[in-house]
Amino acid sequence: MEPSRLRADDVTLAYDGRVVSQGLDLAVPDGSFTVIVGPNACGKSTLLRGLARLLRPAAGQVVLDCRSVAELRTKEVARQVGLLPQTAVAPDGITVADLVARGRYPHQDLFRRDAAADRAAVAAALAATGTEELAQRPVDELSGGQRQRVWVAMALAQETPLLLLDEPTTYLDIAHQIELLDLFARLNDEGATLVAVLHDLNHAARYATHLVVMKDGAVVASGAPQEIVTADLIEEVFGLPSVVIDDPLTGRPLVVPHSASTRRSSPPERSAEAPRVP
Amino acid sequence: MSAVRTALPLAAATVALAVVALMLGDYPLTVPQVLTALTGTSGFESTMVLEWRLPRVTAAILFGAALAISGALFQTLTRNPLGSPDLIGFATGSYTGVIVVTVVLGTSVVTTTAGALLGGLGTAILVYLLAYRRGVQGFRLIVVGIGVTAMLHALNTWLLLRAQEEVAMGAAIWGTGSLSLTSWSDVVPAVGVLLVTAPLVVWASRPLRQLELGDDAAAAHGVRVEPTRLAIIGLGILLTALVTAATGPIAFVALAAPQVAKRLWTGAGIPLVHSALTGAFLLLGADLLAQYVPAQPVPVGVVTVVLGGLYLLGVLIREARRA
Repeated sequence: MEPSRLRADDVTLAYDGRVVSQGLDLAVPDGSFTVIVGPNACGKSTLLRGLARLLRPAAGQVVLDCRSVAELRTKEVARQVGLLPQTAVAPDGITVADLVARGRYPHQDLFRRDAAADRAAVAAALAATGTEELAQRPVDELSGGQRQRVWVAMALAQETPLLLLDEPTTYLDIAHQIELLDLFARLNDEGATLVAVLHDLNHAARYATHLVVMKDGAVVASGAPQEIVTADLIEEVFGLPSVVIDDPLTGRPLVVPHSASTRRSSPPERSAEAPRVP
Repeated sequence: MSAVRTALPLAAATVALAVVALMLGDYPLTVPQVLTALTGTSGFESTMVLEWRLPRVTAAILFGAALAISGALFQTLTRNPLGSPDLIGFATGSYTGVIVVTVVLGTSVVTTTAGALLGGLGTAILVYLLAYRRGVQGFRLIVVGIGVTAMLHALNTWLLLRAQEEVAMGAAIWGTGSLSLTSWSDVVPAVGVLLVTAPLVVWASRPLRQLELGDDAAAAHGVRVEPTRLAIIGLGILLTALVTAATGPIAFVALAAPQVAKRLWTGAGIPLVHSALTGAFLLLGADLLAQYVPAQPVPVGVVTVVLGGLYLLGVLIREARRA
């Protein structure tokens, strides 16, 4: 069993009494890039909200460093666990540097603030995300890709060893998606533990060191992508027949879905052995 | 600090307007006369400036600042330029409270103050509960508030129609909103309570900047979102209710001052200090208009309602063009 600072122990997650997940267990391995995938409404974002303590479990507990997060002070948790939310709002007219600096909140209070540490953290976050040249620009004027990098910078300025990412690549074009995922991979290499909810299976399989597959609020499979991603699993979880091949660039699993046209032209293919690409 | 640089002209303008206000009256004074009178060494002129005119000017500045901060808190929380305590029912609720206590207990400073506070707070709790659904969102708060305001207006009219004539007159005079407090003994208690709320405003400013980012980001940064929002709403209501209890409902300042302040500075969101200075300037200016422009002085609430109506029209036209 790998050590994990952040765990969900037998949690039941519900919105307004509607249960999304019941008795769910999940351990985030320390130092991993954990990616949660699954069909729409499978409860993956709900699970992330539970881990980020945006949603209080109806039963069970989320545990950080062997203590229930419900018992910890919110600022204490915020110094350990950061979050890139799906819906964040940039105040009118705010500059990139000011917005990123707001991520320092858990390290400050009314009378005590370490200005030098704040400046250093903001500078490091801007550098890591390649947004230094944007520092004095108003956030309203940025493109979607730049803006998302700025939100990541705000989360980085929080300087938490654990970072949760809720669908960070949604609405970005493919180049910006890869750029952002590369950034996450680099942060992970540098020691951060990341948990991301992603929609794209192939991105998940390429970048995750630990993949969690969910369906109907339950974890169906978890482990290294190379070990768990199979055509059977994809069909079971998504109801979609596919062929799983080796990604020619990384050797990771690559899911090639069937569609109506491929089924018509080559129906027997689906059960055939996945073709190997050298 | 760009914040200080942009706040200084506002502060200077307010001070200049205050000096003008101290010059004007049945017995006009020059600037040097006002300054000498302020030192307390010029006999009758000192009495006139320090005892008669300064209380009203002080009240205008502090009440204007308090209303504007209240408006800034609400507009930030609701993310809406119309999310102002006067539009979402608190002033109307205060009026209801005053009418009820006047009808039941008769008019006195204590009953009026208590009625305004209880009416405002009661309305606030009603609006908050009606708008609550897994936390409170800005837009729902405004819509519910406008609905509750309409109902309270009807209730107020009904209460006034049923009340005895002199009682109704007393309540109606209060209902126009006036700064014609004449002495320090009327102004000092209200000012004292407002100054006590100042540290609360300082406290609220930091989590307020986090709530601007959205509930999820604020929570991720360690803000306890719903209790904090409730506390800030409570603070905004308290500021409005304290002023309303002292003066009667004064519209427009809470609505417009934060938006004017926002255009006067370069930073993000709605600035609290700039809002307070703008509110002080606006209420002081409106009170001067109310006293000296019409043939007979009118309550400042009448002037702010007229200005507020024009401002609201402007906002609606701009929104309509954009849509």
